[in-house]
Amino acid sequence: MIFEAVRANKRKSWLLIAAFVLTIVALGVVFALIFRLGVVGVVVALVLALLLTWGSYWYSDRIALAMSHAKAADPVEYARLHNLVEGLCIAGGLPKPRIYVIDDPAPNAFATGRNPEHAAVAVTSGLLEKMNRIELEAILAHEISHIRNYDTLVMTLAVTLVGFAALLADFAFRFLWWGGPRHRDDQRGGGGPQAILAIAGVVLIIVVPIVARLMQYALSRRREFLADASGVELTRYPPGMISALEKLRADQTVVHSASKATAHLWIEEPLPTHQGEGHQPRLNRLFSTHPPLEERIAVLREL
Amino acid sequence: MIVALVVIGIVVLIAIFLVFRYNSLVRARNRVDQAWSQIDVQLRQRYDLIPNLVETVKGYAAHERQTLEEVVAARQHGVEATGVAEQAGAENEITQALGRLFALSEAYPDLKANTNFLNLQEQLSGVEGKIAYARQFYNDSVFGYNTRIQSFPTNALASMFNFGEREYFEAEGEARGPVRVQF
Repeated sequence: MIFEAVRANKRKSWLLIAAFVLTIVALGVVFALIFRLGVVGVVVALVLALLLTWGSYWYSDRIALAMSHAKAADPVEYARLHNLVEGLCIAGGLPKPRIYVIDDPAPNAFATGRNPEHAAVAVTSGLLEKMNRIELEAILAHEISHIRNYDTLVMTLAVTLVGFAALLADFAFRFLWWGGPRHRDDQRGGGGPQAILAIAGVVLIIVVPIVARLMQYALSRRREFLADASGVELTRYPPGMISALEKLRADQTVVHSASKATAHLWIEEPLPTHQGEGHQPRLNRLFSTHPPLEERIAVLREL
Repeated sequence: MIVALVVIGIVVLIAIFLVFRYNSLVRARNRVDQAWSQIDVQLRQRYDLIPNLVETVKGYAAHERQTLEEVVAARQHGVEATGVAEQAGAENEITQALGRLFALSEAYPDLKANTNFLNLQEQLSGVEGKIAYARQFYNDSVFGYNTRIQSFPTNALASMFNFGEREYFEAEGEARGPVRVQF
């Protein structure tokens, strides 16, 4: 069941990525033709989007660690942490990532890095205190799976696509407003068609970035399910992860050193959600980077 | 003329495909070998930790000679073992002996508070986990490799170049039984 779960998640995430890319390509075509951006405009938007996100991808480990005030974990003081990570890396055939500890009472963890050779895992002091050995191992397995599955690369791709779409929408808006390359014939048309185009343009400019973001969040949630399944594939022990997630569910403390920018990296949504929520309102859930803990636990119980 | 070019093109593509396939078989087989020696590395780690543990316990519980000697003997069997079955048997012996030793240490609060002892306990736990994971990785590698050489069309290539199946690591008879902790 475990292997099936991993393969199903990988398949679904590939489908999502394909749909995402196709949607954005279609948008590119639409914007190029209808809004007269032309190939040049589209290419400029793409290059800009790549430039903006590439730095954050290449240095993702350093950036994430600096933002969360993480400190390198001494191998003697945090022997258990190091031993658990080493064991999991043996199980996954991975090089050992750098290990960090964040001084924060809220239990949470993240993993980042452009590839397994340049990866880092960070845990909060709260997590180390509140989890027992088996639960800690399960959480670390989830984080190491993010590294193994190249999730930083996948999410950077998604963010690049979102940025590209947003830039396209922005360019189109500017062209509409200030007048972009237009055939001289159109000047005479005036009125009707222009107005419709303008309205359609404004609508797209507002809607396109939102739709792109929704796809990005959907992909993020799928990769979280994949990390859960891959983590269990490493430990071969679902109850460990279930127990850890249940403890996380019961714990209400919020991570102080997180921000919206790094939210998707953590093992559970670090930003405060509704208190006493059994069910988040549907709309909130679409914008979550993580699936609800309830659902993750239910899926793991099936394994 | 065109037909000849197309045929040559197809042949070249097939050749490239075969080369990639062959190399992936080599990689898979090497991973299996590497995974096997990784198990040994972890087993050696465990053997290296034990003398230090015995010395530390002796400092507080020297009269528990029998248990200490059992641990040392079990370790010796492990170091000298040849063949997978003998090794697995020795491993089981070590696990049992260590189990008794740690159970014993419960009666010596001074020993339990000793930082060296606590470190060794953690390291031994870690190493046992790593041995298990190393075996798991070995089996995963064997699975990947065997599946590749059995699947079509790679199986033809595999038999042509003598890529044989590898065996899984299985818990031998004695190791499969329940661990008996005797005092």
